Amino acid sequence: MTSMRTFPAQGALVRSPRNWAADVAVFVGAAALLWLVVHLISGANAPWTVEHAPSTVSTDPANLPYYAARSLLRMFAALALSLVFTFVYATAAARLRRAEKVLIPLLDILQSVPILGFLSITITGFIALFPGSELGLECASIFAIFTSQAWNMAFAFYYSLISQPRELDEASRLLRLTRWQRFWRVDVPSGMIPLVWNGMMSFGGGWFFLTASEALNVNNHQFALPGIGAYVAAASDAGELSNVLLAIALMIVMVIGVNVLFWRPLTAWAERFRVEESESAEAPRSLTLDLLRRSRIPRAVGLPLGRLVHPMDRVMAPFGVAEHPLRSSVARRRAGDWLFGLTLGMAIGYGAYRVIRYIGESVGFGEVGHAFLLGLATFGRVAVVVVIATLIWVPIGVWIGLNPKISRLAQPVVQVLASFPANFLFPLFTALLLATGVSLNIGGIVLMALGSQWYILFNVIAGASAIPNDLREAAANLQLPRKLWWRKLILPAIFPSYVTGGITAAGGAWNASIVAEIVTYNGTTLTATGLGAYIKDATSEGNSAHTLIGVIVMSFYVVAMNRFFWRRLYAISERRFSLS
Amino acid sequence: MTIDHEVLVSVEHLSKSFTGAAGDTLHVLDDINLELRAGEIVALLGRSGSGKSTLLRTIAGLISPTSGSVRYRGTELNGANPGTAMVFQTFALMPWLTVQDNVELGLAARGISPAARRTRALDAIDLIGLDGFESAYPKELSGGMRQRVGFARALVLEPDLLLMDEPFSALDVLTAENLRTELMTLWTGHNFPTQAICLVTHNIEEAVLLADRVIVLGANPGHIRAEVPVELDRPRDRRSTSFSVLVDKLYELLTGAEPGITEPEPTEATPTTRPLPNATVGGLAGLVEIVYARGGHADMPDIANDLNFEIDDLLPLVDAAAMLDLLHVSAGNLELTAVGAEFTPADIQTSKQIFAAQARSRAPLVRTICRALGASADGNLRAGFFLDLLARGFGPEDARQQLDTAIDWGRYGELFDYDTDTDEITADPAAGLFTPASA
Repeated sequence: MTSMRTFPAQGALVRSPRNWAADVAVFVGAAALLWLVVHLISGANAPWTVEHAPSTVSTDPANLPYYAARSLLRMFAALALSLVFTFVYATAAARLRRAEKVLIPLLDILQSVPILGFLSITITGFIALFPGSELGLECASIFAIFTSQAWNMAFAFYYSLISQPRELDEASRLLRLTRWQRFWRVDVPSGMIPLVWNGMMSFGGGWFFLTASEALNVNNHQFALPGIGAYVAAASDAGELSNVLLAIALMIVMVIGVNVLFWRPLTAWAERFRVEESESAEAPRSLTLDLLRRSRIPRAVGLPLGRLVHPMDRVMAPFGVAEHPLRSSVARRRAGDWLFGLTLGMAIGYGAYRVIRYIGESVGFGEVGHAFLLGLATFGRVAVVVVIATLIWVPIGVWIGLNPKISRLAQPVVQVLASFPANFLFPLFTALLLATGVSLNIGGIVLMALGSQWYILFNVIAGASAIPNDLREAAANLQLPRKLWWRKLILPAIFPSYVTGGITAAGGAWNASIVAEIVTYNGTTLTATGLGAYIKDATSEGNSAHTLIGVIVMSFYVVAMNRFFWRRLYAISERRFSLS
Repeated sequence: MTIDHEVLVSVEHLSKSFTGAAGDTLHVLDDINLELRAGEIVALLGRSGSGKSTLLRTIAGLISPTSGSVRYRGTELNGANPGTAMVFQTFALMPWLTVQDNVELGLAARGISPAARRTRALDAIDLIGLDGFESAYPKELSGGMRQRVGFARALVLEPDLLLMDEPFSALDVLTAENLRTELMTLWTGHNFPTQAICLVTHNIEEAVLLADRVIVLGANPGHIRAEVPVELDRPRDRRSTSFSVLVDKLYELLTGAEPGITEPEPTEATPTTRPLPNATVGGLAGLVEIVYARGGHADMPDIANDLNFEIDDLLPLVDAAAMLDLLHVSAGNLELTAVGAEFTPADIQTSKQIFAAQARSRAPLVRTICRALGASADGNLRAGFFLDLLARGFGPEDARQQLDTAIDWGRYGELFDYDTDTDEITADPAAGLFTPASA
């Protein structure tokens, strides 16, 4: 019987010479990557003290490739960290009943907290953690990127865990998989597609925070880390527009490069984890993945790793079977719930008390009212960004989405635009504002829109391209006039995707306000009235009471907006406009 | 096959209820007593809502009983039943593992070494006729082949008891028949690796074809209604008289009133004592038409066969037609009533009028809605009002289902309409339910 076994891989023995080229390419590529990582890590551990910390980096273009590589390494370190966090946090939230009650609302809030407002606190902490080494600053930067990626990914993985097909869960339990086996053979594979796609999106968003966290004014200290973000900041301070443009060009190359070499192959590879019965019609394809698949090196590396699976299974077996007891004492569970709730309530109550006392004793509650007023100004800007981006990008997005040829060309462009850190463009726009004399109160809207508007565009493209052809043909057949066609077909059909785009764009705009309401170019600083400027000021002066108030008030605005506006729209879209 | 009557699983006084989102209790199973012995195939047969899947899952140790117990070889379960393996309706294969890896998964969970795993998996793959597909992914296989993987994955563990949850219902008719036959050949042979099989089905013929015992479950809440032994020789012949006698008997058990329980007449009943069957107007009109075309008489097994209907497709239509007095049901036979004979050949407006008159007088929930609308101030009532009313007898989902059916019938009969946005039910002016007070 064993001899009858067929190996589809038998074709691998008859290889064309092309595969040797693939082997060589993969091998050389892997070796170069290894060298780069080793080289960059040795740079990150340079001796360093707060007093003698470089406040800026050299703007010599020759340094740019090295800086870019350092930035890239930070991005991937943050991604790895986010992944570990996601696995632990999402699994705990999905598998522990009580933990879920805390972790998920917490994640919801964390998603709305303006990350950049936290930098002053984290930087101080990390510097204290690694005295005499640049590693502290490095960690703070990585942490800032991490906070921009992790929440999204954790949410995505959590949803995939709790929405796992019931039969897969039952089959795993009946097969008596151990917790370890369950995690790696069922949970991770079934969450792979949302994880990869969310990772890609979050990674794109992370560039923004990388750039913002490399050159910082915190607690009256100016810090700069060797990186492309710090380079842009330095060039902008010096008014060297050509160097800014150079960095922008390199950034575009880097964004595209990471997409082609990393995310594209990963998304194409992740297709194998699709649970749906049939293959999706338009599975992503990747040349890099094809190259890897043609080469035999990945398989050669994979084979010894595959041998480790069984020993690992054995080692991890004592963690137990992924099963929960059917019978449990109701009284004990109730008592546990009660105790848990009480402890939690007391902890939250005490925390709130401390915050209120701190604010009352330091700056007084009038400051909170002041921050709320400033918040209104920023809120106005965010609203204008969303409205204008909607008016501009919805028609364009629909046009692109309905033309398959154009959308195939436009999709990657829009993806690059979305992941391109908008703060790279700030010097250009600031120079423009200075030249024209337009106030940042108005100009800030443009700066905030630079990064956030794309979410609306690509969600609308996705929504429009998903409109069933039948419906479009029916509309054409009925000869719907333009106005009716929009009102009765297009707008309802794209509504759910638009809401997703809108909520992300608004969140992005809030976050961007912290860097967009104060900008510096060639020694001149422009300031807008708003909560973002308030937070930025507070962090650079090291005013922790103001930072705290600013962050809390901004989080409040974002949470309130989501609850009272976006969530409702989302509920309506689910109920009325879902195409399924 | 030797029958040694060793009890593998015993279910004692098992009841199961779920708590709904609104804190309401939904009784699914009530006082089930059942023993599964070595050497037998037991079929759990019932309509949807009879809790047969829930029963199977409590036997598998996947869900806990609310009261009562499930024992495997005398030990009460506190987790997945170690003596069982399950074959799922939707296959439940890991799409990212090859056929071989899927089959090996349960062995890996038992810590068996890769080499031993491989041999055993290949044996199971061989047994179930999957040679040559070892390195394929489930996605690349047809439904029938996927279910073979499901069988191989279960059998490789050599469980005492093989559980099957409607294993053939996701397959096309021919593939299902082929797989059933092969399974029975293996069972009657000598190297079948399990001692007993328990399957859930809503296909009457499948139950008679496979089982030694058919447990007929009744609904609301699920309970054992009858136990029918099947003592036909294998391989069984569908065309034999004894076969069709059993099929007719099971049809009768599933449609007729239960002994000892008197159901109120539709004209007397309340919406909670006589729920509306989950049937669309189109479906039930189609059924009446078929009976009309056959000269006013039809045999239910024949119709089910001809239309390739399973009982959950057919029985709600039969119940609805009987409730509206369009068909008369007795012992597995359908007969056209006088109203039915008038209804079918009529033109669309007349048949709507007939339907409206029948629904208004004989469908309790439709009648209640019509009366309430007539008594209302302006001929409008919120749907929530009726949902509250239904909440006395149904869980939230079933209540919604009842209301949706009533709205479907009412709309078709032009009795009333429903507006999703305002959640209001409005009397149709033409139906004359409601006369505006001319003050």
